[in-house]
Amino acid sequence: MDEPNTDVIPGTLDLLILKTLSLEPMHGFGIARRVEQISRSVFKVNPGSLLTALTRLERAGALDAEWRVTGSGRRAKYYSLTKSGQKQLEAATDDWTRRASAVARLLRAEG
Amino acid sequence: MSIRRQLQRGLAVLFRRDAADQDLSDELEHYVTEAAAAYVRQGLNPAEAERRARMDAGSLASVREEVRSGGWESLIETGLTDVRYALRRLMGSPGFTFVTTLTLALGIGATTAIVSAVTPILFRPLPYPHAERLAAVVEDHKGVRGAGTFALYHAFSEQAHSFDALAVTRRWQPTLTGSGRPDRLAGERVSHEYLRVLGVSPLMGRDFTETEDRLNGPRVVVVSDGLWRGRLSADPAILGKSLMLDGDPYLVIGVMPPGFQDAEDPAAELWAPLQYDMSQGTAWGHHLRTVARLKPGVGIGAATADVAGVGRAVLTQQRPETYDPNTDFMVASLQGELTRGVRPALLTIVGAVILVLLIALVNVTNLLLARGVQRRTEFALRAALGAGRSRLVRQLLTESLVIAAVGGALGIAVAAVGVKAIVALSPPGLPRADAIAVNGTVLLVGALVTTLVGLAVGILPALHATRSDPQQDIQQGSRRTVGGHRRARGILVAAEVALALVLLVGSGLLLRSSVRLFAVDVGFDQARMLTMQVQLSGHRFDADSAIVRFYTQALDAVRAVPGVTAAGFTTQLPLSSDDDEYGAHFDAEPDRPAATYDVFRYAVTPGYLETLGVPLLSGRSLGADDRAGSPLVAEISASLARDRFGAADPLHRQLKLGPAGPYTIVGVVGDVHQASLAQSQGEAVYLPVGQWPFPDRSMSLVLRGQGALAMLAPAAQSAVWSVDPDQPIVRVATMSDLVARTAGERRFALTLFELFALAALGLAAAGIYGVLSGSVNERTRELGIRSALGASRTEVVRMVVSQGARLTGVGAVVGLIAAAGTSRLIASLLFETPPVEPVTYLTVTALLFVVALVACSVPAVRASRVDPVEALRAD
Repeated sequence: MDEPNTDVIPGTLDLLILKTLSLEPMHGFGIARRVEQISRSVFKVNPGSLLTALTRLERAGALDAEWRVTGSGRRAKYYSLTKSGQKQLEAATDDWTRRASAVARLLRAEG
Repeated sequence: MSIRRQLQRGLAVLFRRDAADQDLSDELEHYVTEAAAAYVRQGLNPAEAERRARMDAGSLASVREEVRSGGWESLIETGLTDVRYALRRLMGSPGFTFVTTLTLALGIGATTAIVSAVTPILFRPLPYPHAERLAAVVEDHKGVRGAGTFALYHAFSEQAHSFDALAVTRRWQPTLTGSGRPDRLAGERVSHEYLRVLGVSPLMGRDFTETEDRLNGPRVVVVSDGLWRGRLSADPAILGKSLMLDGDPYLVIGVMPPGFQDAEDPAAELWAPLQYDMSQGTAWGHHLRTVARLKPGVGIGAATADVAGVGRAVLTQQRPETYDPNTDFMVASLQGELTRGVRPALLTIVGAVILVLLIALVNVTNLLLARGVQRRTEFALRAALGAGRSRLVRQLLTESLVIAAVGGALGIAVAAVGVKAIVALSPPGLPRADAIAVNGTVLLVGALVTTLVGLAVGILPALHATRSDPQQDIQQGSRRTVGGHRRARGILVAAEVALALVLLVGSGLLLRSSVRLFAVDVGFDQARMLTMQVQLSGHRFDADSAIVRFYTQALDAVRAVPGVTAAGFTTQLPLSSDDDEYGAHFDAEPDRPAATYDVFRYAVTPGYLETLGVPLLSGRSLGADDRAGSPLVAEISASLARDRFGAADPLHRQLKLGPAGPYTIVGVVGDVHQASLAQSQGEAVYLPVGQWPFPDRSMSLVLRGQGALAMLAPAAQSAVWSVDPDQPIVRVATMSDLVARTAGERRFALTLFELFALAALGLAAAGIYGVLSGSVNERTRELGIRSALGASRTEVVRMVVSQGARLTGVGAVVGLIAAAGTSRLIASLLFETPPVEPVTYLTVTALLFVVALVACSVPAVRASRVDPVEALRAD
């Protein structure tokens, strides 16, 4: 009955988006799928939070957005990382690594 | 840069809603399409893939909502929606909206108007550099201020150490002739340091020098910017030219900067050195005002100790016989001193208006609360449909803010009108009345009050409406039972009644004391008497005899006017703010020691006291034979006779008046109120006009006649001008006007208080009405059952009325206690009326109950008409 929790860890959605877009510009579904694939389905992103986060990041200047035609001929809104987004990604990655390793150390100490 | 993006995107959403929505929909649609395509790649058929994809994404509408609510513009959007919804709701109940906004408009408007009127008068510093160091040096006789003397000014300026500069001033109203018609100007005779005390120097030219301020010094004058630009045509070479003032040439030595205003007389347009004549021994006449600039760091207390020491020493040395230990020499802040007369009245009015605002707030809260109760079902439904508590609270707060905004906007209009009305109503002596205006600060105050009001009245009903359980409320809505909220509203109404009663008591006390004040016997018959002041100027009056001759001839001419039955001249007119006091000295006699009394000095023509109707108590009147050269005689007032001689006969005794005399007392006359209706100080000496060593160039004519007084005025003026056409006649007024004017401050306070009390009474009545009629609405079903079970109409009416009476009764008890506690605060405005006066308290309480009864009667009658069948069927 209990399905495993696939919610993104609070506060990390921006980081996941930025990281995904650092590889190549992508549209919304592409980002969601990539996050799911790379996390091996540990995280699933719902479109509401994803598009909200994308809009917020775009407004904050971390992303640029433009409508393009995809390989399959459909119009899609593609997001790409800006310079300021790149910097934000680096800062967020450092921050996350520092905290995650601290948590990991703590858990090891407990065990 | 990101802020620019934020702004751009937000504005794009706000102003191009459709494009933004389209963009979002396209993006979502594409998302679902891709998701479906992914499912197809996993082997699902297209229809199933599409279904799964849509299910994963959830409701597209709520996704759109979620994305939209991320931006700042969504706050504005929901805010606007709230406002639109609020407006629609308010339009839906015009009665409620009208009463609430009007209540708020009155409360806010009145508060704003009063604040804007009072602040500049009481609190804005005088318009001089370091105004906090400006002080007045005053003589205080048990709380009554007396005018200063030159002798003490002289002593203070030589011996006191607290002042940078010290000066005395005296009103001066010279007639300007030369070009065009003669003009009587307002000015001041000032000792040489006066402008230094104020800290303002002439913009052009120079200040006075010490050597100019001596008897027979040069005739020099400093003029105001207004006079220079107006009458003197802004002549750039005005310095060194002369003005003809009272027939003498005065050399213009300076022009004051624009905007400079004299502290003592805001209308003053020119200043000349005082050039006080000490040689004649009049230095002890009380007719000067003393102002000073304190040294930096010297406090009021230290300066007071300084002048008190000097004053006492000088008086005990030089004038031991007049030294009165009850006289204090004090230094007081000049601003405080200038506003001293009006301060209690103004503060009282501020207090009153705050009460009105409180009542308005309570009333509006009550109305909103009642409305919240009526709308319980609506809110319960909305909550059940998923509206969050914060959303509902916000909706209600928006409604309150909309009411407050509309009320506030109307209130500012009320304030603008109110300020005009206050200026129009203000007593003539109100200092700095020109500074009263609706200004930016006041608008800010208004806006602030409005917002606070909106939040304050919004929060209670909002919490109230959202606290309860939706299910219960929906059911309650259909059952129309009575909730516990009535208690809260009852308390509010009782509070309103209490506040209104405090105001009613205040205005009742003021009204009674005003009735008593105007019933005071001023010592003469005020009715049907005309007064005007005649000023003599020019060299033709250099000879004293010419002055006396003029008044004698003018009096004959006035008496010859048809309709005039009696007329006379006097140097000072009672109740006209004239104040000319001297020491009346009686030498030692076998039965009593020497003594000096401060008395009012009147130089009068024969017929003056008779015209006024002052009774002759013993001896004889002054006659035409009492003139210059004949034996010096005087009449004294009854109180002076009593002070000096007790029961003994004052006739044929002698007195000296200031530098003059001795005069033989030939008559005793009744006391007259000189300073004001409330002050009964009546010690006075009347001299024949020719027997004062320095004949007065300005005298007031009093006359009585048959027919309309207004018709007599021009005829009397022409009669005076028939003797000499060049003499200005000013201050034409009836005696009753002058009397009314001396009570102007009290009347001002009374008028505003009565207006506020009426408003409070109306608001309280509206509150009682609102609560009762709300409760009757809610209890329709109960009332229906009662009458079905046989309750008569009378019983139903009694039930509703007794509910109202209980609220009023509780409020009245609290209000009476509060009034007894607070009415001491207006004690200084009351005349012969104690702050706790049972008659007044009972009368206004009765009035309150009558009004409350009227307010109860409408809902009571409605309750009695409830048709049991209708009421029971209603749900």
